[in-house]
Amino acid sequence: MAKEKEEKNKKTVIEVKNLEKIYDSGEVKVHALRGITLSVYDGELVAIMGTSGSGKSTLMNILGCLDKLTKGEYILDGRNVSNMSRDELADIRNDLIGFVFQGFNLLAKTPAIENVELPLLYSRARSYNKQEREEMARKALDSVGLNGRYYHQPNQLSGGQQQRVAIARALIKNPSLILADEPTGNLDSRTSVEIMNIFQQMNRKNGITVVLVTHSDEIAEFADRVIVFRDGLIREDRRNTNPNNAEEILKTMPVPEE
Amino acid sequence: MSPWATMRIALKAINANKMRALLTMLGIIIGVASVITMVSIGQGVSKSVEDNISSLGTNLLTVSPSMLKTGGVRQTSTVHTLTVDDSKAIESECSFITYASPMVRRGMQVVYGNQNWSSTVYGVSQDYDEIRNWPVSEGEFFTEQDVKGSAKVCVIGNTIVENLFNGENPIDQVIRVQKVPFRVVGVLQTKGEGMGGDQDDVIMVPYTTALSRISRMKYIQSIVCSVSAEEYTEQAVDEVTTLLRQRHHLKDDAEDDFTIGSQADIKETMAQTMGMLTLFLSAIAFISLLVGGIGIMNIMLVSVTERIREIGIRMALGARGSDVLKQFLFESMTLSIMGGIIGILIGMGLALTISHFVPDLKTVISVEAIIISFLFSAGVGIFFGFYPAWQASKLDPIDALRHE
Repeated sequence: MAKEKEEKNKKTVIEVKNLEKIYDSGEVKVHALRGITLSVYDGELVAIMGTSGSGKSTLMNILGCLDKLTKGEYILDGRNVSNMSRDELADIRNDLIGFVFQGFNLLAKTPAIENVELPLLYSRARSYNKQEREEMARKALDSVGLNGRYYHQPNQLSGGQQQRVAIARALIKNPSLILADEPTGNLDSRTSVEIMNIFQQMNRKNGITVVLVTHSDEIAEFADRVIVFRDGLIREDRRNTNPNNAEEILKTMPVPEE
Repeated sequence: MSPWATMRIALKAINANKMRALLTMLGIIIGVASVITMVSIGQGVSKSVEDNISSLGTNLLTVSPSMLKTGGVRQTSTVHTLTVDDSKAIESECSFITYASPMVRRGMQVVYGNQNWSSTVYGVSQDYDEIRNWPVSEGEFFTEQDVKGSAKVCVIGNTIVENLFNGENPIDQVIRVQKVPFRVVGVLQTKGEGMGGDQDDVIMVPYTTALSRISRMKYIQSIVCSVSAEEYTEQAVDEVTTLLRQRHHLKDDAEDDFTIGSQADIKETMAQTMGMLTLFLSAIAFISLLVGGIGIMNIMLVSVTERIREIGIRMALGARGSDVLKQFLFESMTLSIMGGIIGILIGMGLALTISHFVPDLKTVISVEAIIISFLFSAGVGIFFGFYPAWQASKLDPIDALRHE
């Protein structure tokens, strides 16, 4: 209880009330989310878990403003996005959200720096000239430890490096929220910890809110808070009093042989 | 998103599939190149015809007997309604006519020494050189005295000189036309090939001599007049018509028994013919660009399908539907404009090559054709690119991201 009070003083980034999502494909109605109420506070690192079909992906799509909700309310960073149009949602995604996907989703045959610049191209709040874009992209790539690989194309980078490019892309507009959908799903265990280290650093040092979906209990151990979904409802919402520190664990892991 | 960034994306996409882009553009390239070449040839032909007409004298009127219907049969050769007096009256009474000359014309055998040549003898007045704007290069044209006295003198064209005289000076030599001896008093300047063949294959004699010695008839075949200036052609035609109707005692409801042809008429006919030709070419161009456009649409649909995931990524990162629409529209437009430019260059090259190898055909590269082809090909890109681009813009970001 004391903790809840403490949290109330913090800014709410995500506020979801009685959220329902029904997929209506003619005769069959699928109740993917059956009334979710959830608040995520500024500076939290949240892991969402659940089996497939539990509704966690649906929730991520709605949180990412990629999909519309059927019932309820969703307030993102103080803005009610529940009934926004396609174009408004596109602008919200551009301004407030950074995405990291399991499959990296980088543009092929496109240098890292140009991939990272992409969100700046679609910015409507203000436009960036080429010089600004490059400068910001370099800075973002530097922050994920990819200095010197600005002009590498995705197929010239390892999986971990590609995911770092994707993280740099998510960070470039300094979003309120980073949504990561199984960011380590395609990576080996050491690289996974490296990626989690970047998320923890971003979260602890820069106070960026991160919500990530994962299947892995080990990955969830790096989060401050773990939410477990089942059958379209939140089944468990627990705090990790003592989350694992990725930086520390990395030190204990064997360095891969070149 | 700035137009520059959009253009860069479009160029990159095209660059990634160079061969496909080239094949896609081929329809447009062939269409535009053929239009440019054909219009260039068409304009070249029309210009050379126009030059020919001008070389006849643009202020020329020809009055000839009309085809009269007698018992439903149209006849020309037996009807002779024009007289030498008509010609004189036109010259003296019509204010817009400077000169009028009767004309009798007949193909004849010409003999000089042991050479002979078949040519056309023209019986005309002393002013014919002025009417046709066709001066002599040697000697003189025959005079009014020669006409009055039915003198047996002639002025010959260069072809006659070449064929009969073999380098000899023809002046004051005597040639025989139907056994009648004519003294050569002048040689006409060379005019070259024109409509209806070699213009220099002529022998001009006084019409009086032609009527009495050669055709032995009272009637003349036509009257050739020069209008004081080209812009008065219409007034001159009216004047001559009124005068001749009066002289021929035609009732108000009777048809003219003569026709007046002007160079302006010929020009107009030419213009009409060229207009038809242009219309025909435009139709071909339209069809080929249509086919090219469908090719572009086809490839753009493939391109959209191939890049659904890319579209999903861009949308997730904040691209609006309109951004995606612009991107693909720009790509199809770039394809068609590039095709258009290549087509224009090939067309110009072909036109110049034809000019080079066919010396008689001077092609004229038309700036209008270039501009129109360019705009048209850009339009084709927008028109046929719209549907695929619109499809891309309507994609659902989640489905697009999941697309394998």
